[in-house]
Order: sequence, then C-alpha cells, then structure tokens
Amino acid sequence: MKVRITIGLKKSVLDTQGKAIEASLVKNLGYPQISNVRQGKFVEFEIAENDQKIIKQIVDDVSDKLLVNKIIEDYSYEILK
Amino acid sequence: MKSAVITFPGSNCDRDAVVALQKFNSKVQKIWHQETKLDDDLDLIVVPGGFSYGDYLRSGAMASISPVMQEVKRLAGKGVRVLGICNGFQILTESGLLPGVLMRNAKMKFICRQVHLRVENIDSDFTNKYKRRQVIKIPIAHMDGNYFAESDVIKRLEDQSLIAMRYVDADGNLTDNSNPNGSIFNIAGVFNDTKNVLGMMPHPERAIDPDTGSKDGIGLFQSLLW
Repeated sequence: MKVRITIGLKKSVLDTQGKAIEASLVKNLGYPQISNVRQGKFVEFEIAENDQKIIKQIVDDVSDKLLVNKIIEDYSYEILK
Repeated sequence: MKSAVITFPGSNCDRDAVVALQKFNSKVQKIWHQETKLDDDLDLIVVPGGFSYGDYLRSGAMASISPVMQEVKRLAGKGVRVLGICNGFQILTESGLLPGVLMRNAKMKFICRQVHLRVENIDSDFTNKYKRRQVIKIPIAHMDGNYFAESDVIKRLEDQSLIAMRYVDADGNLTDNSNPNGSIFNIAGVFNDTKNVLGMMPHPERAIDPDTGSKDGIGLFQSLLW
C-alpha cells in the first residue's frame, strides 16, 4: 500500500513562509483573490501491510516519534491507490 | 573533568566545542552519533551546533533519534550535565530533554551576528560564574532559533526560574529590537527541571577568544569546569 502523510503547522502558529508565499501570489503574480496561504510538507511511502488498522497504528507511531512535531504541527494521512 | 562532544552527520561546530573544553582543561572524547554506550563517569556532554542531517524534515529531528541520544537521555537522567548549543538545543527539544521547540526565525532570515544576552539564573552549574542579570555578548548564527512553547509550559519555566538567558539590548533591557528571531519572551536558553541540561541558541564556544569579538562565553565554561 502507498501512504501519504501531510504535515502542516497548527492553525494557531504563525506560518511565516505561507505569508511570504501569499505576498508573492497576491502582489507579484497579481491574484488578490488569494488569501490565507499556508504551506506544509508531505511524506509518502510504500508499506508492506494491507490491514488499515495496522497502517494507522504505524502512521501514528512514526508521526509521533519523528515526522511531526506535535507542539506546532498537525498531520493527516491518506492511503493512495 | 571528563567531557564528550557528539558529532552527527552535518554537525560542524563540534571542533570548536572540543577546543573550548580543552582550553579549560577538560579531557574530551569525540563521540560519533552511532555509539550506543557512553561512559557513566562523564561530567559533561555537549551536543554541538551545525546542520545535523542537513536540517532535513525539521532541525534536530532525525539526530534526536540517533542511537547515541538514548545514552544521552540515560545519563541526563542520572544528573550528568548536558549542554546543547544551537542545533544541539534543537536536538534536545526534539528529544524531549528540554521543553518547547525552535521554529523558523520570524523574519525568515539566517542571522549571523553578535547579540546581547542577560543571564537570568546564575544558580546552575552552567552560569554560576556570571553575575545575576549580567549582560554578555555572544554570537548567533541560525535560521531556526525562534523559541516557542505553550503558555502553560512558559509559565512553569518562569515560575521555576528555568529560563537561562534572554535576548536584551546592550543595557540589559528586554526589547523587540534586541530579539533577533522572534523567540517568545526573548528566550535564548532554557534549563530542564533539574538544571543539569541547558540548551541555548547562541554559541558560547565562539566567545572565548578576544580575536573573535567577545570573551563573554568564558564564564559558562568556568562555571562548568572549574
């Protein structure tokens, strides 16, 4: 199975890179309709496991222990076909 | 005095830490991050600055789960002093040895200059040779030094006097201008609960020789090693 974990700053944390990107989109590329830009990262991997419960446990464990800093980040994941 | 300086892939301030410790008469072991056993009779472990794992994923994140960090945690639990400098501070927060997190500098620039720090708590093995609220000049060089912790954690740090140093102006005043990276309450360094672990973003090992612009880091090494 292929898993993609999406990691972003919590909404309560100032996303300075998101703000910089927003300024570029709005001012330099001319899209004032755009607002609230936030950026993050994804980590994708293949996993030799079909049981979705076990996949969730593993995703939560690796997120907790390495991929996500729970003080300032949130994550979600999806299983890709 | 027996110290160890740990090198991770990408650490580049390890040599300066070794030189500083040797200058103050410590025997220094250079430890590679894959080591699974450290000597129990170490007096001090230094987690140095640099770019461990290229700052990939998050600064200090991957280093914090290197094999040697299990030993650092074990010895920290037994009271061995641990000093984390810059990337070392990031590694210590990621490993849970210190509270909080170091985020991207608020103004999004890598900042490399002298700053003034006020030593807030001199009741520690790291700071006892300084005077209370002494202002010292120490260099910083970082992109991700913006210290943050939840408000209940900050309150505990304040109540228990665990904030070690703050960014101030030359007169010792807490100002926004003197804060180079947006750290909450101008926090530059923190202790753990038992004050045997100190993490700080500035580089005291780069302030022991007047030729580099400041000797104010000497007090920290004198406190530790004399």
